[in-house]
Amino acid sequence: MKRTALSLVIAATLFTGPLLADELVDANAKNGGSVVVTYQNDVATLDPAIGYDWQNWSMIKSLFDGLMDYKPGTTELVKDLAEDYSISADGLVYSFTLKKGVKFHNGREMKASDVKYSLERTVNPKTQSPGSGFFSSIAGYEDVTGGKSETLSGVEATDDYHVKITLSAPNATFLHIMAINFASVVPKEEVEKWGADFGKHPVGTGAYSLGEWKLGQQIVFKKNPAYFHTGLPHLDTITFEVGQDPMVALLRLEKGEVDIAGDGVPPAKFLQFKNDPKFKDRMVVGEQLHTGYLTLKTTLPPFDNLKVRQAVNMAISKDRIVRIINGRATPANQPLPPAMPGYDKAFKGYAYDVEGAKKLLAEAGFAKGFDTELFVMNTEPQPRIAQSIQQDLAKVGIRAQIKSLAQANVIAAGSAKDQAPMVWSGGMGWIADFPDPSNFYGPILGCSGAVDGGWNWSLYCNKKLDADAAKADAMAKPEQSAERIALWSKIFTDVMADAPWVPIFNEQRFTVRSERMAGGNDLYVDPVHVPVNYDHIWVK
Amino acid sequence: MLTFIGRRIGYSLLILLGVSLITYLLLFMLPADPARQIAGRSATPEVVAGIRAQLGLDLPFYQQYAHYLGNLLQGDLGRSYIQRSEVTELLGSRLQPSLELMAAGIGFELLIGISLGVIAALRRGGIADRLLTALSFIGVSAPQFIAAMLFLYFFAVQLEWFPMGGYGGLKHLMLPALTLGLLGSGWYSRMVRSSMIEVLHQDFIRTARAKGLSRARVVLRHVLPNAIVPIIPMIGIDIGVFMGGLVVVESVFGWPGIGQLAWQAIQQVDIPVIVGVTTICAVAIVLGNLIADLVIPLIDPRIDIKKH
Repeated sequence: MKRTALSLVIAATLFTGPLLADELVDANAKNGGSVVVTYQNDVATLDPAIGYDWQNWSMIKSLFDGLMDYKPGTTELVKDLAEDYSISADGLVYSFTLKKGVKFHNGREMKASDVKYSLERTVNPKTQSPGSGFFSSIAGYEDVTGGKSETLSGVEATDDYHVKITLSAPNATFLHIMAINFASVVPKEEVEKWGADFGKHPVGTGAYSLGEWKLGQQIVFKKNPAYFHTGLPHLDTITFEVGQDPMVALLRLEKGEVDIAGDGVPPAKFLQFKNDPKFKDRMVVGEQLHTGYLTLKTTLPPFDNLKVRQAVNMAISKDRIVRIINGRATPANQPLPPAMPGYDKAFKGYAYDVEGAKKLLAEAGFAKGFDTELFVMNTEPQPRIAQSIQQDLAKVGIRAQIKSLAQANVIAAGSAKDQAPMVWSGGMGWIADFPDPSNFYGPILGCSGAVDGGWNWSLYCNKKLDADAAKADAMAKPEQSAERIALWSKIFTDVMADAPWVPIFNEQRFTVRSERMAGGNDLYVDPVHVPVNYDHIWVK
Repeated sequence: MLTFIGRRIGYSLLILLGVSLITYLLLFMLPADPARQIAGRSATPEVVAGIRAQLGLDLPFYQQYAHYLGNLLQGDLGRSYIQRSEVTELLGSRLQPSLELMAAGIGFELLIGISLGVIAALRRGGIADRLLTALSFIGVSAPQFIAAMLFLYFFAVQLEWFPMGGYGGLKHLMLPALTLGLLGSGWYSRMVRSSMIEVLHQDFIRTARAKGLSRARVVLRHVLPNAIVPIIPMIGIDIGVFMGGLVVVESVFGWPGIGQLAWQAIQQVDIPVIVGVTTICAVAIVLGNLIADLVIPLIDPRIDIKKH
């Protein structure tokens, strides 16, 4: 009976919402405790306008907030700094009302002018933000990137708590863009105080504030006691130790010195870990918004021939590649990963068919095959995957020479017109910036990305699909959402008819955590707060 | 003496200039575009062009290099493309841990190398000699990465004598330093062994023994000081080799030094950091050799640097 009463209280707490505690807070969570998280690479910067890598993505989300965010462990959009928002009938004007009383770590209240300043700072070319392009739909974007203006004409702080953002064209993904790190709200005075070193002295409104940063050694996050999501975060401190070899990190985790091994399990050790009963409960598996693919340069003979591209699609055994990486992925048949809205479950793609591939090659006039090159990034296990592709292609007579290079060099070659006929995307693969199918199209399959320096390494450009994509992204009204996703779904299966890619697999993600770590498994493989949602995890 | 030092410093500066030119040129020719790396995958070509212009990457090579040298003279090594902070700050924070590890590592190399070399020379042809020769061979040819991992597993995980990597006090320092010392000691033990054997056959040693000095006294007072001379310039050269070892060992043991920084920078093609690390290493090597040359006359008074 007592138990029922207690759970009723908990339920009441949960359902009365923000009055008592934040609706997103785990009612069973205990507060307090310190945890240790390790990473191999240095944390480059904690500047939300700049940080764009594995280590700092979620760290920045814990230090800063944007107008929008996602429900923990899911891809469902929720309001964050925004108390409310409305969208005009034509889908061009977004009016946000800000929460009142939200304080930066320096004690000053966050106001509408800070939102405006932060967006303008990210877009300003002087900031050199890798995320500037996401905001291209805001009116006045070109004036700022072109250096004609320092202020975005489309962003207006009408008073202290209201921001009105006008777009140059309707954009159904705009709320996602307001949730991306690059849209985080920063205080102007702190940015100006530290200048280019703001990334080492971050000040935001987030769940944690920066306690200490010993360059190349460790970063300590302290709980923000004034955090506006009442009841969060649960942990008192998080210590990020950098420069830790992933293997050593796992050994230390086994001894209880480390709570979360941020880099997961190294490929070579994966099977051993998977089969070790000690780690059964400590390893969390999650879907990732990721697709690994092979690009075929559609402008470069012989890949300008559709039959050749289809033959390559049929010649590669995806199951074998998945086995090579110890089953850390599932075979793919379309550009979108299964966890992404718009993924077509009924679509079959090109089945593995060596004879069929040979026949298509013969029809295309390459009965004896041809010589070509396969570009790949030079870290494990990418070259081994490339070798498997090479062997599969050899079976249908295509002689591919492997060019194994550093990541930056593969990226540089990828978009060049006269080289890199095939590129295996592993290690540089597309992990979505936000959970919307449009993020998988424009830069990597659309005409805008098919330029020198772009990311569309097939140089694939289908004007009709580009028009469809623009149409889909203009469907900004909530009631159009289902229709929009269906249109996107069709765009991606239509892309496969032209076969500019061979989608190979969708990688899964593995996080290893110590036994004392608690909170839903989803938090440890959060699809958006990659890799771990630090705001919601807690210690038993 | 002063002219000698002056001339050597002059040469050293020329070497450093050469090193920086070659590194800068190689990285300039690399087919990777830092502007695109910074701009990210959502950037339009105009944004990339803007960043390129801001960083001066659109200038011809000689202008970029001259600009770099000009800044270098003012102690400015530029800003990291990836970390977006001053290279001098990044190097500065890692210099002390690296120097600590280097001093301890070379200390162990000398301690282990010289002792083993002496024993091998005295027991020439015996089992001890052959065993030590084999050991030094293994040490020199063992892949540092594997050896470091094995040591870590054996001493830190199994025996729990040392902490598993990280930076801290003497306890943290011992294992990586021992790894470097053991692996590098082979060169020294072989050098000491052959040089000892050579000295042992000299007339003055027979004279010393003949006049009734104890064996230990002969070895320590007469043989070793003579046999040790070729070791000194070797340390100077060794600093360069040692840097290579640091990259691997620091990465395995999570030691926050220059080597780890170099490893990360190379993987990410972070050109300003690579150039900065190379410059620092070149300075260390040149300085090490200079000091070695200056120290030799103190050990062996027959060598007179005024004649050189």
